[in-house]
Amino acid sequence: MTQKNLIANDHPLTSGQRESLRAVARIMIPASEDYRVPGADDQLIFADVLATLTPNLTSVVSALSTLDALADGSFAEQDASTQATICERFRSSNSPLVGVLVALIAQCYYRDNRVMRSLGMEPRPPFPQGFEVEQGDWSLLDPVRARAKIYRDAP
Amino acid sequence: MNQDVADVLIIGAGASGAAAAWSLADTRMRIVCLEQGGWPNPANYPTTGRDFEARALGEFGFNPNRRRNAGDYPINEDNSPIKIANYNGVGGGTVLYAGHFPRFHPSDFRVRSLDGVAEDWPIDYGMLAPYYAANDRMMGISGLAGDPAYPPKQPSMPPLPLGKSGARLARAFNTLGWHWWPSDSAVASTDYAGRAKCINLGHCLHGCAQGAKASTDITYWPHAIRAGVELRTQCRVREITSSDAGMATGAIYYDAAGVERFQAAEVVMLACNGIGTPRILLNSASKRFPNGLANSSGLVGKNLMFHPYAAISGTFDEELDGYAGPSNCIWSQEFYETDPTRDFVRGYTFEITRGRGPLVTALGGMAANQIPWGAGHHAAFRERFNRITGMVAICEDLPEAHNSVTLDPALKDSNGIPAPRIDYTLSANSRRMLDHAMARGVEVLKAAGAREVATHAPIEFGGWHLMGTARMGTDPARSVVNEWGRSHDVKNLFIVDGSVFVTSAGVNPTSTIQALALYVADNIKRRIANLFD
Repeated sequence: MTQKNLIANDHPLTSGQRESLRAVARIMIPASEDYRVPGADDQLIFADVLATLTPNLTSVVSALSTLDALADGSFAEQDASTQATICERFRSSNSPLVGVLVALIAQCYYRDNRVMRSLGMEPRPPFPQGFEVEQGDWSLLDPVRARAKIYRDAP
Repeated sequence: MNQDVADVLIIGAGASGAAAAWSLADTRMRIVCLEQGGWPNPANYPTTGRDFEARALGEFGFNPNRRRNAGDYPINEDNSPIKIANYNGVGGGTVLYAGHFPRFHPSDFRVRSLDGVAEDWPIDYGMLAPYYAANDRMMGISGLAGDPAYPPKQPSMPPLPLGKSGARLARAFNTLGWHWWPSDSAVASTDYAGRAKCINLGHCLHGCAQGAKASTDITYWPHAIRAGVELRTQCRVREITSSDAGMATGAIYYDAAGVERFQAAEVVMLACNGIGTPRILLNSASKRFPNGLANSSGLVGKNLMFHPYAAISGTFDEELDGYAGPSNCIWSQEFYETDPTRDFVRGYTFEITRGRGPLVTALGGMAANQIPWGAGHHAAFRERFNRITGMVAICEDLPEAHNSVTLDPALKDSNGIPAPRIDYTLSANSRRMLDHAMARGVEVLKAAGAREVATHAPIEFGGWHLMGTARMGTDPARSVVNEWGRSHDVKNLFIVDGSVFVTSAGVNPTSTIQALALYVADNIKRRIANLFD
């Protein structure tokens, strides 16, 4: 995705909220050396997250407030281990706000060039090149063709 | 002739409005169509961008309350476990459908006679067959002749590819001795009538950038407009007006600038789907029609039917089609017809849904706690990515008067027009049918080798099919329109959308909606000399 140089003062999230959101991104999808992929807190991916959140800003802010409440203070100021524990409590709460953060972070993560390549995908939109799908073996239909009609006649 | 008066005013430019407009155009009558949305721009469809999966869940999502495009109107659906899916614009629901194009079966028109439930239709399969065929030619249908689940029919193009997913499921159906067949599909497998063939973009449900999927903005409408039909977009109808003599006189609508307008007409035709049509009729109450227009039976808005859907998916060890390929693949109608040994009447169709993209894989996996947050995320994701396929079961919904569309007392659209309210409960018969479908779905996926199977029903945001709220029949006390689509009460008012369905069958309705629209239009042409008698 295109990297956007966001000016802090222009952003609808406070500095603390951005730190919290980035911590959630890191905890949700961390970097992996085994799979040679960045985490969702990677600079490029997180810039995409910040550029994408506007339609769900209110819900995102509510989710971050919930994390602060669970932290009994500032989620962003907790150590990594405590943040992970709080995130697990948040994740298992079944709050619809969990889905808001998951959707926001996952959509930006899985359209990153490096991540797509690691999955064997070409980093491009489906159109106009499209994809190949094998035709398959139509002789599989032979036993079905051999059946008598299975629909009912109607009066 | 008064140029301000349309001979025929069609409200709605979706599946049925387009078909009716095209058919009526050869009369050379002055035909005007009012559509509340705009023209879709294929260059904006999700698959043209890198964020194709996210956009499919946003601006090209199904639910109007979430999507909130300019052409959308709000719907109070709080009292329904199934939420409305639609598209408001030229093409209507065909813009955001998968393209499944099954016909009804002969038994679907004789539900009361054969199974003792609901009502028989006043028409039958044989009467609609030529209109199904004509519509198939206009829309361009891929498929394969010889399906033992249907009377003979001839698709326009070869079937869509089986792919790895279809082949895997086909072998499993064969193992169990169950019926399957390549789906009849409105996705073109070859170049067809100006449409380019499918290039396996995936995500057909959110608009086809290739133009391979038949939506009426690229099939019927270009022909209808060339033949002289006037299509006005961003024009939202508030009400149909009527005279003291009980005839429709035209429609009051708001144009793109929000200015109130009136279009007079000799004939008014509603093509607004099973929610929009009763909404307009109920909003058209007058001194002569105090309960809403065409509502002497009290059945306008009653008997709302969806198709309750079950979703069954399996995870496999080897890679399948994943994000590539059309959503249409194969289907099974092994459990379509009523079987007295089961604990429900009527039946359902399994439709194989091929695969998923990375985002939907991640979201589905995380929602189901199959893909964790943290270090285990990547391994769990890769165990599923491109390895999931499955099916939906589209279950016949029977008509029940308490499932209804009414006017919400408070909710209004952007023009201040009262919005619809949906009240719907899932019947015990539907619940048992969904349970049966999930059990059989698990069975076939396990036979296919799935190592993990998930089921879910009903699909909450799966109210794609909106039917029954102004049903047809020969008895004015038990139906809203007669056997050729004319209102019993208002002799120059016609309905051609899914509202007129008497029952829902267990298949997608678009093919039947359009065949009915052609059938009604043909009746108008044949009866033009004494249309209002």
